[in-house]
Amino acid sequence: MPQVFSLRRVLLIKLGSLVLLIVVAATLVVMHWQMQYPNAVGAPVRQPIPFSHKHHVGDDGIDCRYCHTSVERGSSAGLPSTQICLSCHSQLFSDANIFNPLFSSMQSNRSVVWTRVHDLPDFVYFDHSIHVAKGVACVECHGRIDQMPLTWRVASLDMQWCLDCHRAPQPHLHAANEIFAMPPPAVSNGEQLSGFYHLRSRQRLTDCSTCHR
Amino acid sequence: MNISLDRRQFIKLIAATGAIAQTACSRPPPETILPYVHMPERMLPGAPEYYATAFVQHGYAIGVLIESNMGRPIKIEGNPHHPASRGATNTFAQASILQLWDPDRSRSVRRDGIVSTWSEWLSAISSISVEAQKNRGAGLRILTGNITSPTLLAQLQQLKIQFPNLHWHTYEPLHNDNASAGATLAFGKPLDVIYRIERANVIVTLDADFLSHGPAATIYAREFAARRRPDHAAGMNRVYALECSPGLLGTVADHRIPLSPAELERAAWQLAELIEGNTINDAPNWLQQIALDLNRHRGESLIIAGPRLPPSLHALAHSLNERLNNSQHTIQYIAPVVPPQNASLQELVSAMSDGGVDTLFILNNNAVYQAPAALEFSAALKHVRCSIHAGFYVDETARQCQWHVPLAHTYEQWSDARAYDGTATIVQPLIAPLYGGTSPHEILNRLLGNESRSAYDTVRAYWRSLRSENFDAFWQSVLQRGVIADSAFPSQTVVARPVEKSRALNDASLTAIFAADPAVDDGEYSNNGWLQELPRPLSAMTWDNAALMSVATARRYNVNNGDIVELQHNGRRLQTPVWIVPGHADRAITLPLGYGRWAAGNSGNGVGFNAYALRPVDSSWFIDGIQLRKLGTRYSFALTQTQTDSADRKPVLHATLTELRAQPEFVRIDTEKNSGAGSLYPEYSYDNYKWGMTIDLSACIGCNACTIACQAENNIPVVGKNEVARGRHMHWIRVDHYFEGSKEDESAQKNPTVLYQPVPCMHCERAPCEEVCPVGATMHDSEGLNVQVYNRCVGTRFCSNNCPYKVRRFNFLQYADRERESLKAQRNPEVTVRQRGVMEKCTYCLQRITRGRIEAEKRGTPLRDGEIVTACQAVCPTQAIAFGNLNDGDSAVARAQHSSRNYTLLEELNTKPRTTYLAKISNPNASISAQLSKPEPRDA
Repeated sequence: MPQVFSLRRVLLIKLGSLVLLIVVAATLVVMHWQMQYPNAVGAPVRQPIPFSHKHHVGDDGIDCRYCHTSVERGSSAGLPSTQICLSCHSQLFSDANIFNPLFSSMQSNRSVVWTRVHDLPDFVYFDHSIHVAKGVACVECHGRIDQMPLTWRVASLDMQWCLDCHRAPQPHLHAANEIFAMPPPAVSNGEQLSGFYHLRSRQRLTDCSTCHR
Repeated sequence: MNISLDRRQFIKLIAATGAIAQTACSRPPPETILPYVHMPERMLPGAPEYYATAFVQHGYAIGVLIESNMGRPIKIEGNPHHPASRGATNTFAQASILQLWDPDRSRSVRRDGIVSTWSEWLSAISSISVEAQKNRGAGLRILTGNITSPTLLAQLQQLKIQFPNLHWHTYEPLHNDNASAGATLAFGKPLDVIYRIERANVIVTLDADFLSHGPAATIYAREFAARRRPDHAAGMNRVYALECSPGLLGTVADHRIPLSPAELERAAWQLAELIEGNTINDAPNWLQQIALDLNRHRGESLIIAGPRLPPSLHALAHSLNERLNNSQHTIQYIAPVVPPQNASLQELVSAMSDGGVDTLFILNNNAVYQAPAALEFSAALKHVRCSIHAGFYVDETARQCQWHVPLAHTYEQWSDARAYDGTATIVQPLIAPLYGGTSPHEILNRLLGNESRSAYDTVRAYWRSLRSENFDAFWQSVLQRGVIADSAFPSQTVVARPVEKSRALNDASLTAIFAADPAVDDGEYSNNGWLQELPRPLSAMTWDNAALMSVATARRYNVNNGDIVELQHNGRRLQTPVWIVPGHADRAITLPLGYGRWAAGNSGNGVGFNAYALRPVDSSWFIDGIQLRKLGTRYSFALTQTQTDSADRKPVLHATLTELRAQPEFVRIDTEKNSGAGSLYPEYSYDNYKWGMTIDLSACIGCNACTIACQAENNIPVVGKNEVARGRHMHWIRVDHYFEGSKEDESAQKNPTVLYQPVPCMHCERAPCEEVCPVGATMHDSEGLNVQVYNRCVGTRFCSNNCPYKVRRFNFLQYADRERESLKAQRNPEVTVRQRGVMEKCTYCLQRITRGRIEAEKRGTPLRDGEIVTACQAVCPTQAIAFGNLNDGDSAVARAQHSSRNYTLLEELNTKPRTTYLAKISNPNASISAQLSKPEPRDA
């Protein structure tokens, strides 16, 4: 059989295919990059006030619920109101410049504008209170917050990550009095706890309707 | 469509498409969190809170609880403590939340049509006030609608004392003047009537659709439906509906007799004679039977005259109720809730035309549009030196007035209002006025010279003057409960005088009947997309009205659906399309009011035809001698249901009470042949909850409240007339109607049996949709729900094709408005806003189930029956819908599904739906033949 394409043509076709491959690969890379969260896992997020969980939780030992007041009752953990911050900082370090946003918030009656660290897609309905009620400790999702001078994300927050736990929650369960501990003791009796908390079946926990509506 | 593209254009297009595709995958935007500065006590971020207030329609209150999520009012529920609600609401109350967030609402003060400032307005009104102090209100007039607000009435009273020369006019296009005049004829004074529908065994209505219209319609529907259930302790009631224009009541009555207004008047007087025991030779058999039935049930029957009928017939109804010993049993009389002694619109127009009106305040009234065109209100308004309009919208009246002042919405201000029985409710704001806006209280305060007194202070001061003892505790308790205890008007003992027989209506070849529109009422809700897209009962028409007529009338004038005709009366003309309603009275056409507006807003402008153009100057309800001419042009409607013939498939099973007693398992006869089919798929097991729903078709009155409540709860978008015409409406629950009998059957067309069937997603155990989804976007969950996962859906629409119930809705375009801020704020944050290209359908209010389940899990006890209430179930005025756990044998829904009336729709398909129906039972009088023949017109 004679050659269908001349050598020159073969080169062109090879080069063309290479360009196509590069374009596809570049598109995929750009797409992946574009779909990333605004803040990466492990990257500290800039905030109007450089709030340190390390100081408040790690050094001072303040309970999570002092500021995140609705974590046991509501879907949102609740970010502290200006008033809660000022319950200490009207006295402590009250002359530090970093608190200017706080004072101007109180004066102008406008919120301090914090940047969100953990952001789920709008079609996901996460509820803090039920996770707390079922023994999922803060540390399971938020990591060693007591060691973070600025807050960052430790979990990917993608659906696979959620499902890993929803499929097999036992290793992530903690005794009711250790949920807010930082860090809580390692879990050995996950099965027992799962019974204690009346965890629903794996099917129920992984139903679409559990998180999506 | 003819597309011509050259090479360059094609490449440009491809490049643009590529660029758009690149931007489509953008990263989530960085988000901020704004915590409170001062956190309200007991506030739970993200959890709904409920506040008791009132929805006010034509002045009357319906008590509601408004769900507020993070400060945003998003959903209306009925207030169980309120006598006009008892937990349910009507369609208008549901849609009122969209009115609150309407982007077309008025945002600024206007003077001569140009944006002005509040301070300019305040100086203008203070000079008006000073002027009025000088001349004691000469030339000063106020025009309002119905007012029941005790505080506002007190202010107006004070205004009259301070300015003795002031005149106060009221105008309501859907007025109740005839009933008021009728009561005066019968009792010597105007009285309001309260019906005890639940106590009545036999009800005869004379053009009175008490299920649709009037301030007590919601509660009457509840009482009516309670007695439509065959297992009610007192037995089923029997309803004879004599009606001129088809309404909900006629369609669910045991006997419906369509009559033209003049025929109805004659029948009413004949009925009176028959009740007296006189014999009338030419009275039709059905009328004699009605009289016999009424006489058999003395003290437990009821005759109701509708608001359109002349005063003499109202007086007749009163005297008949008296004679039948119904007074104080099934009917009670109270002092009028709307004080009746005001001047009329006609008097205002003649005063304006004579130049006798110097300053006119129009408070929350759209007279330029709603006044009969024959009255020439708009022309007369030009003679007024200073006209002031206060309202929600820059509407037709606002544009003709010198000043326009935006009013705050009812849910943004303090006020009060009374219900149909006089029960008062404090109206409290849910949110600060979105666009500024004042309230009628504050306007009147300024007029009285109390410059800066707020509505809050005014309302509080009024109630403090009545309940000075322990006022703060009283105030807190009425705000919490939404009802002021013991404020209902006491029942009065009165004796109706006998009435002289008189004829007020003439036989005419064609009588026009004006009617409140089931969707936009008198035009007040024209700009409300939810209501405009709500299918009108009996026609399933959206975004339109039409001249409604019977099959015979249409044949007489040789017109068909969609033919445009010209109606003419006294030199006034109106062009309107025709819609044929089987069961409409012959020799009459119904003209729904409220359309053809030109300054309603983006949604309401230019929709339908304006029936006010034909209304006579006294706003009467009937005009006889109307001329109809076919124009030869056509008009197309957007319908949500085009097939009204059930084609012997029996989707709605029904029987009479006698048949039910003879054969309690009658539904099995129809379904037996189908049941028992097995399945090749494995069975699901449900160890925890197993959700299910039943809809009692005996109770359903076809009011569509469920459709609109679902729309509000589930962020269902409005698609517009063109899309509805393409069959792309989005309602998750629709109310199908069927005209029983084939299209060829003459008598069925004359007076068909109407059957209603609300159809939500059936949540089939063997769901055909689940089997065909290529991406697993529709799944069975462990509680039996058929869930739709939006983020998986790729829009193949296979599921919708395979759904035998046709309840799946597809977002063909980006229907949800993602641009307008106020509409974003209106949405329920617990429900995903769907994207273009995604399928959606009823979820059994999954967000409510999830909320309930989480709360139950947290407290450690299982969900109780009735703890989860779906939006459609909550709103249903007749409590036709039961929802709950089928695994709990004591739950209301499980008990309903064990009823002998329980059946499933299209059972032969073996889909095993979770949603089932209870067959409709009627209670007709065996002495009257099923198909009533209409009486021949002749003088009695």
